[in-house]
Order: sequence, then structure tokens, then C-alpha cells
Amino acid sequence: MRASLALHLGLVAVLFALNFVLPAYAHGNIARVMTLAVYAIGYNIAFGYTGLLSLGHAMFFAAGMYGAGLLLRFTDAGAVAAFGVALACGAGLALVTGLLALRTAGVSFMIVTLMFSQACALAILYFAEYTRGDEGFVIAAASRVVAGHDLGDAQVRYLAAWALFSAAFLFSLWLVNRPMGKVLVAIRENEPRARLLGYDTFRLKLGALVISGMVSAASGAGYGLFFGYAGASFAGVQYSIFPLLWVLLGGAGTVIGPFLGTLFMFYLIDLSSGITDAYMLIAGVALIGLTLFAPQGIAGELRRRAWRGLP
Amino acid sequence: MSKSDHPQSSSRRAALKTLGAAGAAATLPLWARYTHAQTAAPIRIGFQKHATGIGAAYGRWYDRTSQAAVAKINGEGGINGRMIELVTEDDGTDPKRGAEVIEKFANQSKCDIAFGTLFSHVVIGSAPRAGELKLPYFVVSEGHHVASGMLNRWTLQPGITDVKSQVQAMAPFITDTLGKKVTMIYPDYGFGYDHRDNLVPAVQAAGGEIVAQIAIPPTETSFTKYFPQIPRETEVIYHVMVGPAVLTFVKEMGEFFGPSRPEIFGFIDSLEAVDLASPGLDFLEGTYFWEGMPRYLQADAPAYVTAYRDAVGIDANGASTSDPKDVSTAAHMFGCWETLHIIKAGMEAAGYSSTADRQALVEAVEAMTEMPAGAAHPQGDKLFNGRTHQVFGPQYISKVESGKLNVTHVAPIEDTLYPDEVDYTTQSF
Repeated sequence: MRASLALHLGLVAVLFALNFVLPAYAHGNIARVMTLAVYAIGYNIAFGYTGLLSLGHAMFFAAGMYGAGLLLRFTDAGAVAAFGVALACGAGLALVTGLLALRTAGVSFMIVTLMFSQACALAILYFAEYTRGDEGFVIAAASRVVAGHDLGDAQVRYLAAWALFSAAFLFSLWLVNRPMGKVLVAIRENEPRARLLGYDTFRLKLGALVISGMVSAASGAGYGLFFGYAGASFAGVQYSIFPLLWVLLGGAGTVIGPFLGTLFMFYLIDLSSGITDAYMLIAGVALIGLTLFAPQGIAGELRRRAWRGLP
Repeated sequence: MSKSDHPQSSSRRAALKTLGAAGAAATLPLWARYTHAQTAAPIRIGFQKHATGIGAAYGRWYDRTSQAAVAKINGEGGINGRMIELVTEDDGTDPKRGAEVIEKFANQSKCDIAFGTLFSHVVIGSAPRAGELKLPYFVVSEGHHVASGMLNRWTLQPGITDVKSQVQAMAPFITDTLGKKVTMIYPDYGFGYDHRDNLVPAVQAAGGEIVAQIAIPPTETSFTKYFPQIPRETEVIYHVMVGPAVLTFVKEMGEFFGPSRPEIFGFIDSLEAVDLASPGLDFLEGTYFWEGMPRYLQADAPAYVTAYRDAVGIDANGASTSDPKDVSTAAHMFGCWETLHIIKAGMEAAGYSSTADRQALVEAVEAMTEMPAGAAHPQGDKLFNGRTHQVFGPQYISKVESGKLNVTHVAPIEDTLYPDEVDYTTQSF
């Protein structure tokens, strides 16, 4: 337990320290990776810990991005209020989706979440008068200010992304160490048995999905606020696949896995695109290799080989 | 919009600048001897290329045109005696990756400027970062987002006209020559709305009438069920379908109308990089298209146009000289050529020597007005509006005759102008 706490707090501390030493390009990249890792952390709560394989998480990410973005586009509410509204949007959408989709399981759950997400993506296109459809809109620099600090400034953005990441990361660590986290794992491993033991698995799964949706929305809102853009491409099906990929690569059902997966994937694309136009080929080969030789992801492999207690 | 409410960091930055300047002054003799080597270094232009994703066909031709323009400019001595080096990064036609690529240009590959984006969502996703990084960002997008005031002072579109002016300039020709009662068929998303929002008032102003607006969802693959919605009184069909389904669209429209069809007017955007001799497109014979610049070599083409086409490597049919099946995106890619020439003119006017002169470059381009047709502007005369960061130019209307597009009308610049919607020059850098 103590070693695990040291590892996770250590990562938070290292990321904070990196703010002061990273060169400009990497500094921006890590800010982006931390923001997106929050999305992966949210996804991991549903998929990695509760076993809910959703193919529609982009709707939660987009709910956060548009919840914050549209509020700032049409009102003077300010970035903090927009962030709060974004969380509510994500949680609300997850609650509604969960109430319906959790009546299904397995493949049906995948399909239902995918359909919900597509419906959200099409709704963004349909209400183009407000959302500007596929083109998206710029979130004005003047509204991206928190307590006098401009989120467009590299330092402020990095620290804001770090704060968002740390909060989600440590929350996820806290959650999985609580009894609720253990029950979620029990549901993942054997839901009928968890039900037999007296747990209301529907309510617990719904709770996990709402938390997952809210954390994903926090990432979407953060992305919009930090980088100044909201667009329909973020609601597309590929943005439902990305967190699945990041979590699988980093290690599903580990707290640190989502961050590792997001970081790995970002640099895999960034570095291989510098080598060839066919960088997706390199990325694909690397992914196949990782799936073959480390099927449980980076942190999963670490847990299997060296650190059995890694949460 | 400014980011000046930052007392702490700006004062720290100011202090660092002073220290840096003092340090630099102290070492003056050491580095002064290298200044010549410094200025002989190439000017690095970050080219945001749609190499993959939905914009890949455009990206391929934007690349070829840009490479040709760079070769020409370098052959003529470069910019202020410095060669241009294109630093190409694929943005995957994705706004997220687009913004990352902008950061890469500014912070890693140390580019002087960024250039070359076409798709609107990539421009809109990237522009905020370009503004924050204070990186001059020259887009070749034809979107109205620049002139609408949505972006920022660092983003300019001096090499290609925007969709608002293009659509507006078509209305007089449509109503005068083709017919007064127009039915619009357009994709049910942003690109289609640009046409809907701008054509309707323009046709009304020109004395015509829009009798129906048929918006087709982007996911549609068959269009038969939409054609009965076209009113019988329709004299002109205005279509701007895009994407791979356009071939089906044209074929089904042909089957619907048979030999007795209304006049048909479309935007070539739907058929950029598509061979007009493709099966199913014969129905387009005798219909009209907007073209940003003629795809087929016209009989009266001036020498600078043929020189431009030879440099880019397109034949008389607008296809690659090395592969006649590889049709170019001629109606848009000239914008890369013209933009690179404007960058050269702007850098020379600003006395650009390093990234410290980026602001001077933007101001120099803002000061530009008339750009006469010629080797640097093969598409035609241009008029740049420094306040809106948008250029205006002639628009071509071509008729399909024997499977080729022949220019029948050129809309003058005056028809493309509209009142300013923004004045970027009042914004701080």
C-alpha cells in the first residue's frame, strides 16, 4: 500500500517538476497527454474496473467539451462555471444512458452505447446553428481565464492540466481502494456471484458509469478550455475507440495504466509520423507487438511480472 | 481577446528579456561574426499537410503545388537571399492533430511560419494555438472563418478567396443566364450551410428566387428519394454535394431527369481530383461549374498560367503529367502557389530576418492591397483586405463540353466583395 502510494504520488510529483524543465514542445505535449489521460482514467473506471466495455464514451467527452464550450460561446459565465456545467452534462448524460444501456450487457451494451454516441454526434451536426457542426468553433481566449490566469499561457495551461490530471488520478486510486472499488472488480469478474452476495449490481454499475462519464466530461471540458476549440470530430466514433486503446495499452484495471497508454500512443504517433507518411503502419505494428507480448498492457505486465499488488 | 491580463508572468518575462538583452550585448563580438551565417540559414515554412484522412487528395496536390512554388522562388534567389525550406507534417485532416502540428512547428522544428491548411475544422482547431504561440499562420482554406472574425490576428488567408464571396458572385450569372427559379441541393452540414446562407440572399438580390432547399444528410448513399422534392417550376438546380457519394448523386440525378432536365449549376469542390470522364458523369455534359481556377488549359491562357501549370506538373486536362489518371485539385491548389509568393513579398517588405520579425511580417501582409495577375498570381488579379485578412479575386464559371470544362464567364472582383465583418488590425498581437 505504501509503495503504491509512493508510486502514484511520485508520478504526480514528477509531472509537476517536469513543468520547470521540459523544452517547449514536450511541455505542450505533456499538458495535452495529461488532459487526455483524464479521459482514459474515466474510461478505465467503467471498462478496466467494472468490465463495462463501452464503445460510446466520446459522447461523454463531447458532453464536457460542448457543455463548457457552448456556455462560454453564448454567455459570460466564465471558465469555472463552464467546467462545472460540463461535469453536470457528463454525469447527466451518463445517468440517462446508463439507465437504458445497462439493461443490456456484453455485445449488446457495446452496440447500445455506440448508437447513443452516434446519436449525440449527429445531434451536434443537426444543431449546427449553435454548434457550428463539423467545423466547430473557437472558444474565445478572453473566456478561457481562471482567477486572472490565462489558460492559453503555456505555464498556466500545464499546471491546470496537471491539477486536473492529479485530481482524476488520485480520485481513481482512492476509489479503487475503497470497498466500492473492490465490489466493482467483483462485478467485472463474476456479476452473478456479486449479486448473490447481496450487492445491487445494477446500481453499482450505474454509479461507475456516471463517475466514468463525469471524469470523461472533465477531460473534454479541459481540452476545450486549454486548447480553445470545440468540434464535432471529438464526438466521432474514433474518439470512443481511443480511450479503449489507451487503457488496453497502458493496462486495463490499473490506476497508472491510462496515463502510460495515452503517453505511449501520443509519442508513437508523433515520432513515427516524423519517419514516414505511413506512420499508422508503424503504430499498427507496435500495437500488434504489444498485444502479442504484453496482452495486459504496460502496467498490467508490470503487475504480472513484478508487482502483484499494483492497484 | 488579448492576453494582457497577466501581470506576473509578463513582468517576469520582461525581466528575463532585459537580462537576456544585457547578456547578448555583453557577448556581442563573439556572436556578431556569425550573423552572416545566421541570415543565410533557410527560412523554414511549416506545411500543415492533409496527407491522410478525408483531405488526402487535396493534400497531395497542395504539396506538389507548394513544392513547385518553393522551387521557383528558390531558383529566383529565395526570400531576401535566403532559401525556403518546407517542413511538412501530416495533420491527418484532424483538428486535434492539426493543433499539435502547429505546436511542433513553433516549438520543435523552429519554423518561421505555418502554412497550407485547407479543411475548415483543422483551421479552426489550429488557429487558437497559432495565435497563442504568435506564429503567423497562412491558411489556404476558402472557408469564411477568417473573414468572419472568428480567428485571430496571426491567421491570414491571402492566397484564396472565401466561400462567401464565391457563392455571392455566382448569383448574377445564375439568374441572368440560367434561370430565376433555383432549387438548392446541399449536404446537411457546415459546407452546405455556407452555400445556403450566402446563396439565398445573393439570388434574391439578383432578382431570382430559391424555390426549394434540399439538405441531404452526409451519411446518405442513395439520393433517389430526394429528387421528387424538386419543384416542377425549377429552372436551375444548384448542387454542392461532396464526398465519394457524388458519383452516385450525379448518376441518379441523370436517371431521374432523363433527357429533359433543368439547367444545372454546381461547385467543382464535389469533383475536385475526379476525372470528368468517369463512368456516370456523362450526365454533366452541358452543365455549369464554379471553378476557383480553370482545370483544363484554356485556349487564351496567358503565358504565366502555362508556366504555372508546367511548374506544378499538370497537363492540358489538369491531370498529373506523369499519370493522366491522377487529376489535380486545380480549383484550389493555386492558393498555395499564390500564398507562398505573398509570404515572400511580405517577408521582403518587412525585412524579415528572424522569428522576432513575425509581427512585422503580419503587419506587412496586412498592408497589402492590389496584387496584379502574373507569375506570382496566376489565378488572376487580387485585392487583399488587411482588416479582414481575406483576399478577393475573380471567379470562373465553366461549362462541360465534350467532357471538358470550358470557361464561359468570369465574375469580376467587384461581384465578390461584401462588407467587413471584423477588423483584425484593431486586435493586439
